[in-house]
Amino acid sequence: MVRVSGPRLLGIVARRAVQAVGVAVLVSTACFAIVRSLPGDAAYRIAAGRYGYDLVDAESAAAVSAELGLERPVWQQLVDWLWGVARLDLGDSLVTSRPVLEEVVYYLGGTLQLAGAALLGAILIGGPLGALAARHPGGPLDRATTAWVALVRALPPFLLGLLLVLLLSVQLGLLPAVGHGSASGLVLPALTLALGLSGLVAQVTRDAVVEVRASEHVRFARTKGLTERAVTTRHVARNAGATLVPYLGVQAVVLVEGVVVVESLFAWQGLGHALVHAVFWRDVPVLQATALVLTLLVVAVNTVVDVAVATLDPRPRTRDRSLDRNHSRSRPRHQEVPA
Amino acid sequence: MRTHVPPLTRPALPGTGPTGARAGALAGALAGTLAGALALSSCSAAPRDAATADETLRVVGPFEVHSLEPAASDGVFTRLEVAETLVSSDLSGELTPGLATDWSASPDHRSWTFQLPAGATFHDGSPVTAEAVADSLERAAADEASPLAEAAVERVVAAGGAVRFETARPSVTLPALLTHYSAAVLAPASYDGDRVTEVVGTGPYAIDSVELPASVETSRFDGWRGETPPAVEKVSFQAVGRAESRALLAVSDQADVVFGLEPAGRERVEAADGLTLESSLQPRTILLKVDHEHPLLGDLRVRRALSLAIDRPAMAGAVLREEDLAATQLFPPSLTAWHSPGLAPLEHDVARARELLTEAGFAPDADGVMRRDGAPLELTLTTYPDRPELPALATAIQQSAREAGFLLDVEVANSSEIPAGHADGSLEIGLMARHFALVADPLVTVADTFDADGSDWGVMNWSDDRVLDAVDDLLRDEPEPRARADRATVSRVAQEELPLIPVAWYRMNAAVNDRVADFVIDPLERTWRISELEWSA
Repeated sequence: MVRVSGPRLLGIVARRAVQAVGVAVLVSTACFAIVRSLPGDAAYRIAAGRYGYDLVDAESAAAVSAELGLERPVWQQLVDWLWGVARLDLGDSLVTSRPVLEEVVYYLGGTLQLAGAALLGAILIGGPLGALAARHPGGPLDRATTAWVALVRALPPFLLGLLLVLLLSVQLGLLPAVGHGSASGLVLPALTLALGLSGLVAQVTRDAVVEVRASEHVRFARTKGLTERAVTTRHVARNAGATLVPYLGVQAVVLVEGVVVVESLFAWQGLGHALVHAVFWRDVPVLQATALVLTLLVVAVNTVVDVAVATLDPRPRTRDRSLDRNHSRSRPRHQEVPA
Repeated sequence: MRTHVPPLTRPALPGTGPTGARAGALAGALAGTLAGALALSSCSAAPRDAATADETLRVVGPFEVHSLEPAASDGVFTRLEVAETLVSSDLSGELTPGLATDWSASPDHRSWTFQLPAGATFHDGSPVTAEAVADSLERAAADEASPLAEAAVERVVAAGGAVRFETARPSVTLPALLTHYSAAVLAPASYDGDRVTEVVGTGPYAIDSVELPASVETSRFDGWRGETPPAVEKVSFQAVGRAESRALLAVSDQADVVFGLEPAGRERVEAADGLTLESSLQPRTILLKVDHEHPLLGDLRVRRALSLAIDRPAMAGAVLREEDLAATQLFPPSLTAWHSPGLAPLEHDVARARELLTEAGFAPDADGVMRRDGAPLELTLTTYPDRPELPALATAIQQSAREAGFLLDVEVANSSEIPAGHADGSLEIGLMARHFALVADPLVTVADTFDADGSDWGVMNWSDDRVLDAVDDLLRDEPEPRARADRATVSRVAQEELPLIPVAWYRMNAAVNDRVADFVIDPLERTWRISELEWSA
């Protein structure tokens, strides 16, 4: 196992830390500006969020506006927020009046559980499937995998989720249909996402493994007499991993941000849910905090991916490109994960 | 459609984002598939948690709990019978004792005294003192969102074993206002400064745990002052946003009472063994609020033409799956005192609508669009997705009205756009659902709906002396039969002048597992009456 050198690790982390602060300020400000420019009266929106449509009227909107100081100059509200963030105080939700930090931590917890379980499931299903398919490109297993990829990609998560509920919960009675908080409640939404994602993981794994297996250094490894097992674990898995890890990083980010439909189907409390509510209700502090957390999460995932790739593929990035060309076939294809 | 807003609702919360709008459409497209799939899934194994299910009543609804503050709780804590209001109401909407045992007013109706029960305790064991109740209700009266704010309460004072409300002006309806969930009485321990940090009430059930926004668990409060303890020991409430998910919980025996089923799920529940679909007509009317200062809509002929253009039974049949929900007048039959069976029902007559428009100076162009002085009869209809049937009805109205020559632009926005558009005068037509019994006495809502200065969820730039006089009369507590005549006047003028154009009435439903007995839906949605439920033998 090659270790990433200390200075290099430090460099990665330091670069990402600076990026995190910059992006955080930028995203917060942009969020604030976008919400302010949305049509509709914020006080009315917040009152509707708090009290429901039966009770929102001019009086409750005026009371909300007075309570929250919505009439203050815009720049003052923004400066207040940024100053709060600098003191690690994210403020209170305009709608629920609870501390934003408490709410975001709650929803983030739900999201991370779901995303983590889904990613793990996708790797466990898709990884072996792709690796097996790659052994005989064009063979029956490869073709079956392709069919699987097409099937799970074509099924929208909403439908897939319903089918899983019907099968595993309604018919077989193995799992609760919906619900947040229990481990058994996590299985169905995570499985829904994992199945959908497993197709892509299988495909990327398969392509990476096929490419690596055809490369010169793997041929050389075989030529020098290594067993197939040793070739697979030492050369193929590692090189394919360098492709797969950045890809999974992107998927992790997508899972954190984009699972609103599955969250709502299974009544799972996650960040997607919180984000949509915050936009709908003009709950600026929650929106800013959620965006901030997501931003930092993207940076964190990228950092982990960088470190992981650096571990898998320790060649320094600054070396002369001309030297690199000879090894181009074994280089990971998707090194940069968009931040 | 100018803005596309995801079908995000407060009570029914699909929790859908930009992708959610697609999911919403998808849900519709899949309704048939799903109905078929559901049909396959006949009564089957139940993943019931044997340890708890037998004594826990599992309630599922679309209502999310966003706050512990009574006014912002959407009434969940009063529905679960954790917190109580001073005054309650029975199934017919008549006022009944709540926490208060009795009440009386001074002759000028500016001072009301509510007697408190002796020896009652809050869930934390502290006594229900007049001081504690007065303090809790002063907070409620100060909340602008609470209907209680209408009563101009000056102070609430402790008076021995009673609390006394003093109001700035006569308030005949104060007991009715006190039935609203925002006027729930909480113990002093519930508050931390201005905030409610815990719901410590006086009801037959006490909170075990609350996980906002989706889960509340309660258990029977042994210190409750009621004579017979409730049969149901434990209750778990879970908010589930999607109607499909709720229907699945009902048919798979994972919930005992499931509120808010949409047509596909409703049909499935009706067909399933071991489940009963309960429903109740609500005192809620889906209606068009119109701006009477608008150059087009100020003309009664145009309003009548719009009303005649709407094919209410067809829309109610297609969208609400029940033709009988087509409104024939403003007040639904569930508002027995206000509904006038003698009124000529609102009709669908496109030819007559076109005639009226012609009388008003319009002429159809080549596309059939009515024009006057070259300008088309074009209006914007604003609605909101909080009640999922509203956007569907809006597009149906758009189609219907087009046949009579109206060009309606449908705008689906946040519910607050209706009062906000009312305030700044930008609203032309609003499609909305008006609850006429937010508090037990509909008079409170009716008076507000027809207020001379207009109302956020009522008339816009319209007033009529006959209606105002009748409402004033009623607010002075005129005895029958004069009161009856006054109510009939309001219904009749509303029908003739169409200040609000009724579209449909509304039915609330719930799937109830057969292991639950004596379940009844409260038409006012004030309580789920859990303390009166029994387990089936």
